Amino acid sequence: MSSLVKLSKVNKIYSTGEISLQALKDINLEVKKGEFVAIIGASGSGKSTLMNIIGLLDHPTSGIYFLEGQDTSNLSENDLAYLRNKKLGFVFQSFNLLPRTTSLDNVALPLIYAGLNRPQRLEKAQRALEAVGLADKLDSHPSQLSGGQQQKVAIARALVNNPDIILADEPTGNLDTKSSEEIMKIFDTLNKQGITILMITHEKDIAKHAKRIIRLKDGKIV
Amino acid sequence: MEAINSALTAILANRMRSFLTILGIVIGVTSVILLISLVSGLQTFITSQIQGLGSNLLIVIPGRIGGARSPGGVQANRLVYSDAVNLRNRLQSEAQVSAAIQRNATLKHANKTDKGVAVFGVEANYQKVISIKITEGRFFKQSEADSSKKVAVIGPTVKSNLFGEGKALDQTIDVAGLKYSVIGTLAPRGAVFGIDFDNSIYIPFQTAQRQFGIDRLNTIYISANSADNVKDVQERAINLLQKRLSEDEFTVQTQEQTLSIISQVTGVLTAALGGIAAISLIVGGIGIMNIMLVSVTERTKEIGLRKAVGAKPSDIRNQFLIEAVTLSGLGGIIGIILGIGISLIIGRFFTTTIPLWSVVLAFGFSMLVGIIFGVTPAIRAARLDPIEALRHE
Repeated sequence: MSSLVKLSKVNKIYSTGEISLQALKDINLEVKKGEFVAIIGASGSGKSTLMNIIGLLDHPTSGIYFLEGQDTSNLSENDLAYLRNKKLGFVFQSFNLLPRTTSLDNVALPLIYAGLNRPQRLEKAQRALEAVGLADKLDSHPSQLSGGQQQKVAIARALVNNPDIILADEPTGNLDTKSSEEIMKIFDTLNKQGITILMITHEKDIAKHAKRIIRLKDGKIV
Repeated sequence: MEAINSALTAILANRMRSFLTILGIVIGVTSVILLISLVSGLQTFITSQIQGLGSNLLIVIPGRIGGARSPGGVQANRLVYSDAVNLRNRLQSEAQVSAAIQRNATLKHANKTDKGVAVFGVEANYQKVISIKITEGRFFKQSEADSSKKVAVIGPTVKSNLFGEGKALDQTIDVAGLKYSVIGTLAPRGAVFGIDFDNSIYIPFQTAQRQFGIDRLNTIYISANSADNVKDVQERAINLLQKRLSEDEFTVQTQEQTLSIISQVTGVLTAALGGIAAISLIVGGIGIMNIMLVSVTERTKEIGLRKAVGAKPSDIRNQFLIEAVTLSGLGGIIGIILGIGISLIIGRFFTTTIPLWSVVLAFGFSMLVGIIFGVTPAIRAARLDPIEALRHE
């Protein structure tokens, strides 16, 4: 299996004035195509920082991040935007759907930046929503949906542009147990279909769905 | 097109706020179009009035207009009737000459009064020099003028103020204390900027001189017999008048020169009024900038999300810039509709004309304001750090 995400000696130091905080220490990590990896750790352990770096939203202070073998160190803002659009799919704890916007348009959002025309976008968005079981909620606004349904819309949005990897940051953090289970079932199914998933969580039950668990403590993999 | 659609969606999400934001632009564009339509209406009206007098016409007025040495103050009027008589005798074969004086007076008939009426004392040949239309009755004759008869030809406003719907012909009116009999009424000429050209009467020159005790002339009209010798007549008239008067004491002007002075004056007026109206467009632009900055802050999370799913900084910048320009363009369109509408309503009372360039200018300027004042909030949005933005509540 080929390497999808590879971090080599990645450090992240936040410095505000005289105080500096090392959020990540010499992280070496490799995620292969088709894996389902959970990153667990207490709050402040550096999980989110790691996720942001893998999601190309943040840069390491030192070390190299290879995405599909490509060194991402010297990419421009526009190149990063392109990679986020084509290769990555984000699922957030707080769903981050646009209010007053239908499920269909929310899911179609990444496709605007992929340069697809509106009919193509809506068709793909509809298929993605059908895949997560929301075929009957195409025209609902987020405020008309339950938390679990909103997260399914967000997953559909992450899937819509056929990403290489889905990055989920505490995807069940705002959900009850029943909805959490539904969401995890979707992730299991997606993984079975061959989609790589990298998930942050602090719940052991949720982490169990992953095939590999990485523990972070004080910015180090333990 | 799609970008404009989504901008409209965002604008409509906050209807009241958007409306208040574009109000400044609406008022600016409305006033630009309205003021320009009034000024150019004024110009059209005056131009048609002047052209209606005939292109062969020359006017002699006291004082100097448009010279290099323009007078520092109001000069004493030295133009007298003998100057007109002199011109008439010398230009006999080439032109008609007619002298005129003017006073404002209050007119009365029965229990009705008409204030601020322009009373023109003119000679019997006035009609040959200036084309005025009589709708009822007649103009006065040379014999009536020679014998200083108290006869008057009245304008339509005077007629309706003093007689209403009733008969005016052969009635007696009181002009500043003396009785005149009405022998004719004039066709309407119109009004502009509140100046009513129809609130006037014409009485024989000698009669007016005697009643008001005036010996200085307001105007001497010279009508050249053919268009070809207008310049020639002008030159000769200047030479004749210079025998008695200094060149600062009178102006002989052709219609062409009068028109060019008017277009200069209205040009300055247009620029001044348009400029004042344009200031409100700038104020409107500041309003748009303010609300776009608020909008960027409110939608920080949306911006973060859009970046996370692949929006380039330029995509975000364009989105907010298009939104600002759509706002100001919307204000421009509403302003144009209002401006044209109000101008058409005012057009029932005064002449107004809406030149196409004023519409294009007002709309273009409102779009420009949207770009200028939209660019700062848009760049701010484009530069947001996606992690910070996503964390924003």
